[in-house]
Amino acid sequence: MTVESVFPQLEALLPHVQKPIQYVGGELNSTVKPWDETEVRWALMYPDAYEVGLPNQGVMILYEVLNEREGVLAERTYSVWPDLEKLMREHSVPQFTVDAHRPVGAFDVLGVSFSTELGYTNLLTALELSGIPLESEDRTEDHPIVMAGGHAAFNPEPIADYLDVAVIGDGEQAVLEVSEIIRAWKREGRPGGRDELLLRLAKTGGVYVPRFYDVEYLPDGRISRTVPNRSGVPWRVSKHTVMDLDEWPYPKQPLVPLAETVHERMSVEIFRGCTRGCRFCQAGMITRPVRERSITGIGEMVDKGLKNTGFEEVGLLSLSSADHSEIGDVAKGLADRYEEDKVGLSLPSTRVDAFNIDLANELTRNGRRSGLTFAPEGGSERIRKVINKMVSEEDLTRTVATAYGNGWRQVKLYFMCGLPTETDEDVLQIGDMAVNVIAKGREVAGSNDIRCTVSIGGFVPKPHTPFQWAPQLSAEATDARLGKLRDKIRGDKKYGRSIGFRYHDGKPGIVEGLLSRGDRRVGAVIREVYERGGRFDGWREYFSYNLWMESAAKALPAYGVDVDWYTTRERTYEEVLPWDHLDSGLDKDWLWEDWQDALDETEVEDCRWTPCYDCGVCPQMDTEIQIGPTGKKLLPLSVVNK
Amino acid sequence: MQRIRLRYTKRGRLRFTSHRDFQRAFERALRRAEVPMAYSAGFTPHPKVSYANAAPTGTGSEAEYLEIALSDRRDPEALRTVLDASMPEGLDLVDAVEARTTEFTERLQASTWQLALDGVAPAAAEQAVRGFLAADSVEVQRQTKKGLRTFDARAAVASLDLGQESEPPGLDGTADAPCAILRLVVRHVTPAVRPDDVLSGLRVAADLAPPVPATVTRLAQGPLDEESGTVTDPFAPDRDAPSGAEALGTPSVASAPGGAA
Ligand code: SF4
Repeated sequence: MTVESVFPQLEALLPHVQKPIQYVGGELNSTVKPWDETEVRWALMYPDAYEVGLPNQGVMILYEVLNEREGVLAERTYSVWPDLEKLMREHSVPQFTVDAHRPVGAFDVLGVSFSTELGYTNLLTALELSGIPLESEDRTEDHPIVMAGGHAAFNPEPIADYLDVAVIGDGEQAVLEVSEIIRAWKREGRPGGRDELLLRLAKTGGVYVPRFYDVEYLPDGRISRTVPNRSGVPWRVSKHTVMDLDEWPYPKQPLVPLAETVHERMSVEIFRGCTRGCRFCQAGMITRPVRERSITGIGEMVDKGLKNTGFEEVGLLSLSSADHSEIGDVAKGLADRYEEDKVGLSLPSTRVDAFNIDLANELTRNGRRSGLTFAPEGGSERIRKVINKMVSEEDLTRTVATAYGNGWRQVKLYFMCGLPTETDEDVLQIGDMAVNVIAKGREVAGSNDIRCTVSIGGFVPKPHTPFQWAPQLSAEATDARLGKLRDKIRGDKKYGRSIGFRYHDGKPGIVEGLLSRGDRRVGAVIREVYERGGRFDGWREYFSYNLWMESAAKALPAYGVDVDWYTTRERTYEEVLPWDHLDSGLDKDWLWEDWQDALDETEVEDCRWTPCYDCGVCPQMDTEIQIGPTGKKLLPLSVVNK
Repeated sequence: MQRIRLRYTKRGRLRFTSHRDFQRAFERALRRAEVPMAYSAGFTPHPKVSYANAAPTGTGSEAEYLEIALSDRRDPEALRTVLDASMPEGLDLVDAVEARTTEFTERLQASTWQLALDGVAPAAAEQAVRGFLAADSVEVQRQTKKGLRTFDARAAVASLDLGQESEPPGLDGTADAPCAILRLVVRHVTPAVRPDDVLSGLRVAADLAPPVPATVTRLAQGPLDEESGTVTDPFAPDRDAPSGAEALGTPSVASAPGGAA
């Protein structure tokens, strides 16, 4: 049975929508495999607009890994904007892939990558447009298996009813394993139907099937336990970890879109994981241990990627790129190699030290020195001990001053507001820090023409971190605290004009908090929001706090809980957390100790450079830290002759 | 420095490419194909590419033009082949000449457009065309960045007629298949008169309202032969002119494409 492209129907709608190019596909390096010659077919979705979803590395990697496998096909689909959604509903055009414009409902799997929880309403839109029943239990053998992955999948409970399966951790090997299970089941003639397939997946221990677990509650609303309701289904589901990054040099052929996207560059992931131990950082906790790509592996990926894409900029990605054991040689080697070619290099880094500046200087050898970002995260030395971000006031001022001395004119400082134990005083110190930085900077640069931008995000406690038990600061308190800081900065006659101040109000953080630490009962809120028109919650112009609060007020009372119960309430040691049965490898007792250490303002070191402190990941997942130095050099590359 | 003029298309689904999208894609293709571009001076040097009269987003085209400046000589046809292979299918590079004349953009005096009106019977279209052509002027309105503008869509039209390819309604009575195809030659004037303006004109002058948006394609762009009312090849003068390189006594192909630069 072949599947027709819906492009002719879609084409008639495109003249009426904004930026139609985002819906037509045709990206360089995209792949269209013949439908009939494949056995297992994936529609991979990033549940946000094309301009955000297209550059997503996770989707790009899995797209390539799956398409390389014989008999397996993968295409991509993204959220359509409300203007097109409306027309698609009017004209009965289903959710489609951008590669061959095949209807998503015809695929075997709809794999959705959730970087954040704010894509949940978009999932429901895509399901409905695909003709897939919203609730897992209403689906039949004719519907795709709806799978969630990505960081938010580490607590998939709020969308448990809408998913068939969730996979946590690195996707490369996991999607291939799932493909083979589906292939075998289809070849055998689909014995036992959809149920049997889900059971086979669940039995691997690495695929979470929410419907095979019952959640039981205590009279006060807390969870008493989450228990398998089938034999052979494991009590806990493990995350997946790819051990040798050099064996997985993806994406080899990064997609180059025609439409403009949020990242007009190519990315190479230089390592995965982070053990700095910042207590607020979910990404750092759930991606342990650290696994580096080798310096030669990086050199090859950059070279091939640039040749295959024509991009002018390469981002060296990871959670803290300056921490790669050979980053100095990597930066120098790449800067040497591309000196003539007008290729820009960038690396995100959260470090606040002089080394960071050396690197930035190297990467901008002959270019502009416009802006440099540092992330002290906390305003006072005390709060930085709480979050385990080890940098003293003095170091910080000295580092930033050095940057101005090296010709950088604009420094951006990133902080969070609403951290556990935080007081107004901790946040007001951000203002003092900015003033010190400008004062010192003017001195060193010998000029008043320097700027510092203070950028503040609201802290949201996340699952699988030491702060998973912490109370979240209410939106009102966040706004009040940030208001005081703003007044303090604006009121500074001497330096205020050189300091930029950027922050968001506290409301979106509360919704993110509800979804991050929510359980299955929160699913009713998501559905209510969706049905009342909620879409694109990551976008200011679409997000509606009132809609979320009204929907929560309608859906949650039946369970005797409310938004505050999920967000501003502190949890105790005994409480069963909604995600306890999803095993990130972190030992819950270690997390609790780390939480207690946070409250005592005690820091922990990085296990890359000090002995293992038993967070639990390595033994639990049978993994280990993989870092250099390899001692190898990036150059010379053999000269490529065409 | 050598300058090369290229003709390119926007076909099929890639007609939804905006001009900015095309520029980005083309500059990346230049990098992938390792074309020895000349760069502008300044803080952020840009490869020297100039574009003429880009067709609006959503409009197909067989005749878009651009010119690039090279730091090293290349054979135009060989360069075209390499670049074409490097561009997505639909954004095809179909013709190339070395620039041997000046005032190329001035030569782009008019365009030939094809307007496919799905769901419009050829007879109805023909009648509307007659009504439009009979008028001395047809006032239309268009929303521009500066607000709603009113202007004449008639004077710029050199010719407008029903194409041979039009499909009449099915003989078996299935009346949903008709498609009238119009051929339009418009002079490039200021303010520009675009195919949609002529379609508005057909509505204003003769009440023609197609049920679905027209599919519009630019077929040609170039000098207007007033006598025959046709648009001719704007590259012809470059092809006829003596090669600058030949005039200097050097071979016209100084180095092989992709050769050691
Ligand atoms: S188990 Fe030890 S070595 Fe492994 S990530 Fe945790 S602290 Fe580091």
